[in-house]
Amino acid sequence: MTSRTPTATPPAAGPIEGMAPDATPDAHTATRAQAALLRRAAPVVAALLVAGLAGAQPADATAKITVAVDTLWVLITGALVFFMQAGFALVEAGLQSAKNVVNILMKNASDFMVASIAFWAFGFAFMFGNGTGLLGLHGWFLSGPDLSPLTGSAYRGVFESLSWTGVPLFAKFFFQLVFAGTAATIVSGAIGGRVRFPAYLVFSVVMTTFIYSILGHWVWGGGWLAQLGFLDFAGSTVVHAVGGFAALGAAAVLGPRIGRYQNGRVNAMPGHNMTFVALGVFILWLGWFGFNPGSTMGIVGDHGLVARIFLTTNIAAAAAGLAALVVSWMRFGKPDFSMTMNGLLAGLVAITAPCAFVSPPAAVAIGLVGGVIVVLAIPVFDALGVDDPVGAVSVHGVAGVWGTVALGLFGLPALGADGLFAGGGVHFLLIQILGTVVISAVAFGSVALLWTVLKATIGIRVAPHEEIGGLDVAEHGAEAYVPADALREPVIVGAGD
Amino acid sequence: MKLITAFVRPERLPAVKEALFKAGVQGLTLNRVSGHGGQAAVHEQYRGSTFLVEFHEKVQLTIAVSDAFVAPTIDAIVRSARTGEVGDGKIFVQPLERVVRIRTGEEDAEALTPVGAPLAASI
Repeated sequence: MTSRTPTATPPAAGPIEGMAPDATPDAHTATRAQAALLRRAAPVVAALLVAGLAGAQPADATAKITVAVDTLWVLITGALVFFMQAGFALVEAGLQSAKNVVNILMKNASDFMVASIAFWAFGFAFMFGNGTGLLGLHGWFLSGPDLSPLTGSAYRGVFESLSWTGVPLFAKFFFQLVFAGTAATIVSGAIGGRVRFPAYLVFSVVMTTFIYSILGHWVWGGGWLAQLGFLDFAGSTVVHAVGGFAALGAAAVLGPRIGRYQNGRVNAMPGHNMTFVALGVFILWLGWFGFNPGSTMGIVGDHGLVARIFLTTNIAAAAAGLAALVVSWMRFGKPDFSMTMNGLLAGLVAITAPCAFVSPPAAVAIGLVGGVIVVLAIPVFDALGVDDPVGAVSVHGVAGVWGTVALGLFGLPALGADGLFAGGGVHFLLIQILGTVVISAVAFGSVALLWTVLKATIGIRVAPHEEIGGLDVAEHGAEAYVPADALREPVIVGAGD
Repeated sequence: MKLITAFVRPERLPAVKEALFKAGVQGLTLNRVSGHGGQAAVHEQYRGSTFLVEFHEKVQLTIAVSDAFVAPTIDAIVRSARTGEVGDGKIFVQPLERVVRIRTGEEDAEALTPVGAPLAASI
């Protein structure tokens, strides 16, 4: 970022450019850190914008450039997070049988399409609209007054919980939409191979309209957990634990694939393409460089913090992948590829909450623990009879809880989090534990309830013969891989004449 | 005339083909199969569960030859497909009653005589 000499006399709060690189981060919630940022930035931006409206040219240009650069940042990182949908599609397709690939891809495409509409219409309002400590009640279809990109005390509108970031409303919406899409698509992998497509569509609508949004309101919408001081920078709990425990609720009600558990044995049902899994993980890793650093929702005042987040994100992923590699080697006799991939993702999930608040060595520790627990957790869910072909419950649910708790342990007061190991006491840690446990439990319970209702009404599992033959043909009348095979050519009567 | 069916390791197939072409045998049909005759089962593991793979990939060759070519064919296959490990495969020889070439209607020995330049010349 190039330094600029402001030609307008800055007000008493000080110029934005003067912020130290490791300034208190923009927490993704209404917190002390956020309030500190608002005190620094809001009067400046507001004054500059007002001055701009009054026709003072140099101040106007600075404010416009600030908003423009921040908007560019939010939209580019949002596009990176969007591209994680491709990563999820590849990982999930690779870990399923070839006969179910079209179905998994349909579910992946559908849940983002559903999210794009449902979150625009209702979800965003539930999550970020002004309302109560439980849910938002304003801003349906993005309507209602909103003076974005004005921030802080200069902001007037129905989305006060997002008034700390100085970008236009539509940019805020798009960025939050791709996060909702991420949470929505976590579940599809865990229930692959046996779920009825219409049931999944209904679930997608409910998830992105109500469950993700209302739970998210508690943390990022200014709700009761935010008011208690709960922190979750980019969503270890809000996105990943919600998705992971929703996956648990769905998979538990749905039941395992036929033949998966027999006479106390866990039967391996291998995925069909490990190349897809590897590519998918790399795409998700790349997307996470939008997911975590983008959650500053601004870069002009935050460039040092953004760089820190890139580092903590990456190093946690690497440590977690290595930990999973070693643990799977010790446990199963050989380094297991798909477990290593799951470990990588678990590290990314775990660092998502603490990424802005911890040092790089702490990020290594958080990743190491995440990688270990995911390898240990996956067989546990199998032992419980919960069939999860992709390990979503362990990677997103369990690691998401760990990441949130890790923030309570490793958070640095200088960065805005009173972590236990930094001498901040146990109060913040207890809030973190409370928040992640409550949200995970509500996600699990509400989704389990929903699938129970769907089971009793429209039915949630395909027929056994459809499951054995593959959902691609049964649900979509198509196959993912059609060989150029003379043996399959249709008989055309009269062709021999 | 005899119908020779041979099961060999897939990785030995290029060597088997070369040996057969050099012996003057060109007409053959190949198939991918799974087989088991005494080879040990392999333990694989996937995400914490182990499973046994008892049947192993093999290639099946089906060759129709006149009586004079039976011994050279068997000799060529045995020499090129043998590794000395369990799982090298087997050869079955069955009597063949009648052979017809579809293009011309030729039968028996004429049907088994190869058409065109010997493939061994191009190796």
